[in-house]
Amino acid sequence: MPRSIAKAASTRRAAGSTQPARGPRRGPRVAILVATRKGAWLFRGDASRRVWRVDGPHFHGHIVNHLVLDPRDGRTLLAAAKTGHLGPTIFRSTDRGRTWREASRPPAFAKAADGQGRSVDHTFWLAPAHASQPGVWYAGTSPQGLFRSDDGGVTWAPFSPINDDPKYREWMGTVQDGTPDGPKLHSIIVDPRDPDHLYFAMSGGGVHESVDGGRTFAPLVKGLEVVEGFDVTDVTFHDPHCVRLCPTNPDRLYQQNHCGIFRLDRPSDQWIRIGKSMPKRVGDIGFPMVVHPRDADTAWVFPMDGTTVWPRTSPGGKPAVYATRNAGKTWRRLDAGLPREQAWWTVKRQAMAADAGDPVGLCFGTTSGELWASRDEGARWTCIARHLPEIYAVEAAVFR
Amino acid sequence: MNVLIPDPLRPYTQRSRVEASGATLAEVLVDLDRRYPGIRFRMIDEQDRVRRHVRIFVGGEQVFDLGKPLAPDDEVVIVQALSGG
Repeated sequence: MPRSIAKAASTRRAAGSTQPARGPRRGPRVAILVATRKGAWLFRGDASRRVWRVDGPHFHGHIVNHLVLDPRDGRTLLAAAKTGHLGPTIFRSTDRGRTWREASRPPAFAKAADGQGRSVDHTFWLAPAHASQPGVWYAGTSPQGLFRSDDGGVTWAPFSPINDDPKYREWMGTVQDGTPDGPKLHSIIVDPRDPDHLYFAMSGGGVHESVDGGRTFAPLVKGLEVVEGFDVTDVTFHDPHCVRLCPTNPDRLYQQNHCGIFRLDRPSDQWIRIGKSMPKRVGDIGFPMVVHPRDADTAWVFPMDGTTVWPRTSPGGKPAVYATRNAGKTWRRLDAGLPREQAWWTVKRQAMAADAGDPVGLCFGTTSGELWASRDEGARWTCIARHLPEIYAVEAAVFR
Repeated sequence: MNVLIPDPLRPYTQRSRVEASGATLAEVLVDLDRRYPGIRFRMIDEQDRVRRHVRIFVGGEQVFDLGKPLAPDDEVVIVQALSGG
């Protein structure tokens, strides 16, 4: 795409949302940002979160891995994109998605003198930096790399020595150790108390922490499990799927790992497997992890079948979200409104999100192109869009 | 020299045939990028390798070596190997 692109998408009322909002304004208007294999869509909600106007597609035909609003200014959007046949790039909007420009220098590894250097296949995860660092963003790529922009996403540079550090390169493994779409660096987390306190995770490569602004990182994998047969002491074999930090208790992190659901309470460095209290017939395997914006004891997961050949679909064809309200001691099934059977869904690690409303609104997108939302913390679900392409990521955002 | 631009890259150039100059393929691609910023990285990765689904032909022959010398009347044909769903 050329650097300056005019938006060319229609805006119409989303199917399934036919009633206009009534009553007083309930809260800020939430938008759900949907990144798919064939483009991006914005679902702009009314104050009640009952009515959603669809805005899209943007970048029709492009693979969009992540679409994120900068919460610090409420109007800048970054989209990690590529077509299947062109190199990766970042698109940027500073007017809430009306118009877009391409980054002038997308994330790219340094050129290697020996001709054996890596190349970024796609940017996978976008994360705004600390509130005190406006315009600073982080990006995680596939193959695993960590990048930073200091100018709102216009230009990007490799960040931290890990991209080329021999030990980290060893932990990153090879493409054989990664997902079908390649190994990924994801779950980039900035401690809201300290811009220099960072975490990230790698699908193949474990969880890592920095307390010095990224100059150095160290593994944070104690207590985690690996697939039977692998050496648990080898960081390479650790496969975190999604890690989240609790905004109101930044010493607590939840993780959906390949091998189960875990919780970490700092200053401990020992993860605890809290997924063992999930029902045995459901298990605690899955991709996404979502945490409550205010209650650090509450988190939501979307279990999938991780048995035998690793189907990665809703166990028994009966999709459900599970919630804990007590930091993982117990879990409650939330499936009201969801199909009762023959719904073999997969929800990818970035494809479930929460807004900051009260009650919290939740949403998730399936690889079969359905977008579901709840206005009451998962008590009841409504399908707000069908027939989308494979959904890679969803985010709940509030424009200003 | 003439450069044939494939459909997915035409948003950069607005045309299917453009002009670029250079003594080698590498120089031509740099000149293309100067005229149409960002286009080169969509075809060539940061290690200066032709991307997997991109094909570049000169004189009917596929070229992988960016150092290939070019004559002023050579035509560079850039093709996208589109495939799959």
